[in-house]
Amino acid sequence: MNIRESLIAIIVLSICVIWALADGAAAQQGIGSALRLMTPLLLACLAGLYSERAGVFDIGLEGKMLMAAFTAASVAYLTGSAWLGLAAGIAGSLSLSLIHGLASITFMGNQLISGVAINFLASGLTVLIGQNAFGLGGRTPSLTGAGRFQPITLPLADALRDVPVLGPIYSGLISGQTILVYVAFAMVPITWWVLFRTRFGLRLRAVGENPASVDTAGVSVTRLRYTAVAICGILCGIAGAYLATGLSAGFVKEMTAGRGFIALAALIFAKWRPWQALFATFLFGLLEAIANLYPNLDLGIVVVPSMFMNALPYILTVVILAGFVGRAIPPRAGGEPYVKER
Amino acid sequence: MDKMPKWADVILTPLISLILAMGISALVILAIGESPWEALKTMVQGALGSSYGWGFTLYYATNFIFTGLAVMVAYHASLFNIGGEGQAAMGGLGVALVLLYLPLPHWGLALPAAMIGAAAFGAAWAFIPAILQAKRGSHIVITTIMFNFIAAATLNYVLVNLLRPVGSMDPATARFPASTNLPSLTDMAAAIGITWGRNTPANITFLVAVLACFLIWVLIWRTRLGYQIRALGRSEPGAVYAGISPVRITVIAMLISGGLAGLMAINNVMGEAERLVLNAVEGAGFIGIAVALMGRNHPLGILLAALLFGFLYQGGGELALWTSIPRELIVVIQALVILFTGALDNMVRMPLERLFLTMKRTSRGAVK
Repeated sequence: MNIRESLIAIIVLSICVIWALADGAAAQQGIGSALRLMTPLLLACLAGLYSERAGVFDIGLEGKMLMAAFTAASVAYLTGSAWLGLAAGIAGSLSLSLIHGLASITFMGNQLISGVAINFLASGLTVLIGQNAFGLGGRTPSLTGAGRFQPITLPLADALRDVPVLGPIYSGLISGQTILVYVAFAMVPITWWVLFRTRFGLRLRAVGENPASVDTAGVSVTRLRYTAVAICGILCGIAGAYLATGLSAGFVKEMTAGRGFIALAALIFAKWRPWQALFATFLFGLLEAIANLYPNLDLGIVVVPSMFMNALPYILTVVILAGFVGRAIPPRAGGEPYVKER
Repeated sequence: MDKMPKWADVILTPLISLILAMGISALVILAIGESPWEALKTMVQGALGSSYGWGFTLYYATNFIFTGLAVMVAYHASLFNIGGEGQAAMGGLGVALVLLYLPLPHWGLALPAAMIGAAAFGAAWAFIPAILQAKRGSHIVITTIMFNFIAAATLNYVLVNLLRPVGSMDPATARFPASTNLPSLTDMAAAIGITWGRNTPANITFLVAVLACFLIWVLIWRTRLGYQIRALGRSEPGAVYAGISPVRITVIAMLISGGLAGLMAINNVMGEAERLVLNAVEGAGFIGIAVALMGRNHPLGILLAALLFGFLYQGGGELALWTSIPRELIVVIQALVILFTGALDNMVRMPLERLFLTMKRTSRGAVK
């Protein structure tokens, strides 16, 4: 890994160090919040990574997360179990994945249009069903107790609390997150291993670069792509479930707020690689945390208005897409339906 | 070789897609415990049963014609502009600035001035995604979506901090001068002695929109620029070989597209609200995508599809008023229309093509 490739990691880590040196307590609070805020982004980003590496572009990450957030919050409320909610979230997201697979793999349709349709479908259905079921204008009732994922205290967290440097990091940041945060972070090495160290991963990457070669080798392109789209659905499901049952206490209309698109930008920023995805999403998490902590950021000379702070992730997304951070080359067969015979 | 006659391609496939979308929407209504038949009756009654309903239907259709044309022009250059929402919002800002700060004594002067303002602001908002797509290859779908969010934040800032009249709590501009108010279709009907559509927002912009349909048809199919746009959309290497600059045409197509989306503000900001409020676009930019796809990216199709969505939008409002079905039903229908006409196109087309092929074969066999 050369300097250029680890650039994102260096940037975000130096932001954290500077922040910690300037104001330790605020930094601990902010970085902790950034870790929670980046979790749905990271999961969605890795979801997009599987799909796009297999050659299926997915603009519908947003819609899948939204649908998952809704089904997860509804089931968690009705059953009182966050775990059943998680299962429902995955199911909700997978059902939209199936539509995307049908449109873009089986019927060789336009993947962008399919993704856009999925976003609208989720945006409409969640409110339609939610209003009908709960009558709260599209919200679900607030979740309490076992309906939400609770923070987990890791072993030795209390014992290490007073150790300098290590203590605040281990006890304050790493410990005390919900299980889905750990799942998201664990998915990074798992994804790396699956993609770059297994036969399945090799074929998955090949099908995104040159599907004809995979087909010639006697491996089904259709099946591989459906598998990738399904993995994408599962990860988006976890992301959505975390949004509704971990990060907040229930579903709110349009609660994904563009996170699916930000995850896509992070994916391009990360050049479709899992470790870079971790740091790219961390950067967005940090931005959101800073915007939440300092609604009107006072830079001495000018006070940055809150609207600007809230729009900052979107602006950064455009800047990243503009390629000011190096050229990103997508998987070659991305967005193209595979036609066996011409 | 054409696998099926043109009329089937132009009329039958969108019609079947629409029926499929409607069928699934009916199932959704059934699933939430309401009667689809009653819902349809409420919608038809509310949107088409009176001149009042028609007034609103035409008003909404006017919005969708502009945003549909915006999506269409970009689509012919094989660009997918999802930023109609933000471009229309910025167009509203253009209208507001023109009407608030230029002394315009009559609507006949104010209309062209406001149109220039609306189109300029809408086009400017499409320019950055366009130039980024053309020069840096940034994905226009994502950048235009981001620009929707940025437009919302910008308007929020401008309305709260800059344009809000002193002493007002409402994040909106002051009322535009009364001299700039557009004549409503009701006034125009009254002028020729017909009582029609009292208290509805439909206004002269509808006629502007119909004219825009014609002009865009001329532009795309009867001018050199239109040819260049379509050539680029069909094949970029082909266009380059013919001496067409992809960068130039991409930017021009997006500027026209953004300008059209911006023009929608003539209808909703100048014609209806007569001041600029927060979230004035109300999703019309997104409905434009469904309208363009449903209308097969042809102005005549877009006109019809916009009327259909105007009916759905007004009918959906009536549904929310009289039944427990929320407005979001229209978003679901919109999503299904996009899905069936845009992405699952082949699902409808393949069986149809097969059907026409077998029909051809059997009829040929009969002649022999």
